[in-house]
Amino acid sequence: MIKVEGLTKRYARTVAVDNISFEVEKGQIVGFLGPNGAGKTTTMRVLTCFLPPTSGSANVAGFDVLENPLEVKKRIGYLPETPPLYTEMEVAEYLTFVGRLKGIAAGDIARRVNEVAERCAIADVKTKLIGKLSKGYRQRVGLAQAIIHNPDVLILDEPTSGLDPKQIIETRELIRSLAGDHTIILSTHILSEVEHSCERVIIISQGKLVAIDSVANLTNRLRGSEAVALEVESPNGGLNPAEVQQRLEQVSGVSRVLAKEGRNGRLSFEVESLQGRHIRPELARAVVGAGWNLNELRPVGLSLEDIFLQLTAAEKKDAAAIAGKGENQ
Amino acid sequence: MSHIWIICRRELKSYFASPIAYLLMAFFGLIFGFGFFTATRDFVRFSFQAQMMGRSMPMNVNEQVIRPLLGFASTVALFLVPMITMRLFAEEKKTGTIELLMTSPVSDLQIILGKWLASMWLYACILAMSAINVALLFAFGKPDWKPILVGYLGLLLQGGCLLSIGAFISTTTKNQIISGGVTFFVCLLLWLLSWFTAFDTTGAAPVINYLSIVTHFENFGKGVLDSKDVIFYLSMIFFGLFITARSMESLRWRA
Repeated sequence: MIKVEGLTKRYARTVAVDNISFEVEKGQIVGFLGPNGAGKTTTMRVLTCFLPPTSGSANVAGFDVLENPLEVKKRIGYLPETPPLYTEMEVAEYLTFVGRLKGIAAGDIARRVNEVAERCAIADVKTKLIGKLSKGYRQRVGLAQAIIHNPDVLILDEPTSGLDPKQIIETRELIRSLAGDHTIILSTHILSEVEHSCERVIIISQGKLVAIDSVANLTNRLRGSEAVALEVESPNGGLNPAEVQQRLEQVSGVSRVLAKEGRNGRLSFEVESLQGRHIRPELARAVVGAGWNLNELRPVGLSLEDIFLQLTAAEKKDAAAIAGKGENQ
Repeated sequence: MSHIWIICRRELKSYFASPIAYLLMAFFGLIFGFGFFTATRDFVRFSFQAQMMGRSMPMNVNEQVIRPLLGFASTVALFLVPMITMRLFAEEKKTGTIELLMTSPVSDLQIILGKWLASMWLYACILAMSAINVALLFAFGKPDWKPILVGYLGLLLQGGCLLSIGAFISTTTKNQIISGGVTFFVCLLLWLLSWFTAFDTTGAAPVINYLSIVTHFENFGKGVLDSKDVIFYLSMIFFGLFITARSMESLRWRA
């Protein structure tokens, strides 16, 4: 449904999005996770044809955002971070306006307005001025605006920001109820958000893609199953990676072995265990038993929180480096 | 076409949902009414004097009342335009609603034309306030209606130019005050251009004079419909809308 390849967006001096590629299949809910300023909004703005990419391509429902923006726009519903509301209009009037703008046939508009108002629980404020609504209601009017033309793709930029806990739960439920009919990308910097509503997570930091995985995989690491990084070296050099990998896979309790980049003839692997299995002793024995040196054996079980903290830490380190440079001059 | 109309209608609604439209209409009605009062008073006084002296002076309502009034209206319009256009794009940029428009299946040109037409419509409504006064002239005299029509056409065309320039300035900022202020300054400058160069025929003066939007209104005020002036106004409107479109495009690249 959505295909992004090598997407880069550069502003005057900063690179907001740096060579990002990902794909989203039809009917999925994908969470776009990253600290503030990571490039989430920029990526979304490219997908909605609000901003043109500097390089790379983005494809929505088979149409390129640069070549066929009108076709893309017809198929996208977009809720920006601040809902784009005209405060001097009434709710129903506003939804009618958006419906017309999105090209709904004149005869269907009244019906669609009622449907989305019902669905987003704003039917009771239809005749109120938007300017008089509370933040929660405004957010829901924004959401209603995004789904009024029944788009294939929904892009929601921090849909729950600034809401109270009850409203957050309601909004999440609403979003989940929309999945299936719609492909949804939602951005957030709140982790529980992703765990609650998304099937897949795309994590970006400083404009770069950090991880892209299913929520189940990511939370598996969180709950009992273990990931271990290990580095293996042969005492007399010349080690076959495939052989080592095979040996590791044979260890009982191992679910997956990922080969990593090694250095100076050493081989690095990341080994994941099955739920609730303690595999480190077994692994150590297997490696040593085969006559190899075990240089490193370290648990890496990353929770979403860990990943997130790492991202923010990397940012802080960079900021500190820049500040340090400034002092040296 | 229908998209232009949808945007235009929403724009008009928001003009008339706030006091701004009514304020401008009242303001123009008052000022024009005052100008009308002075012009007719002088006209009546002159005609009495002419009668008392027993000399028949050529008196003409079109020449002596309507023409200066139209000129006056064209000057007042310079002050109205910034107040009409300042919010056109600046407000939407500030509240973020521009993102809704720019991610909807409409082209930039449709957005611009819709907004410009709405501002034209409000401007026409404001000008229409002067119709009461003109109607009075018809009730008590026999002015020629054709020059009046030409005069109003001139006012609309001149307004169209200034509104398109105002729309452009409004796309360049999020701040309505700046948008209005700069537009006002530009309008003032275009007005002053004709003053500085009115009696100068050397060097660049004729060119500058030609560029002054106000100079081209003089013929319309006289009731003369000259294709030269019409073309000037139309091309200025086109130019104004063109740079607005460019500016909106650059918004996408910079934003």
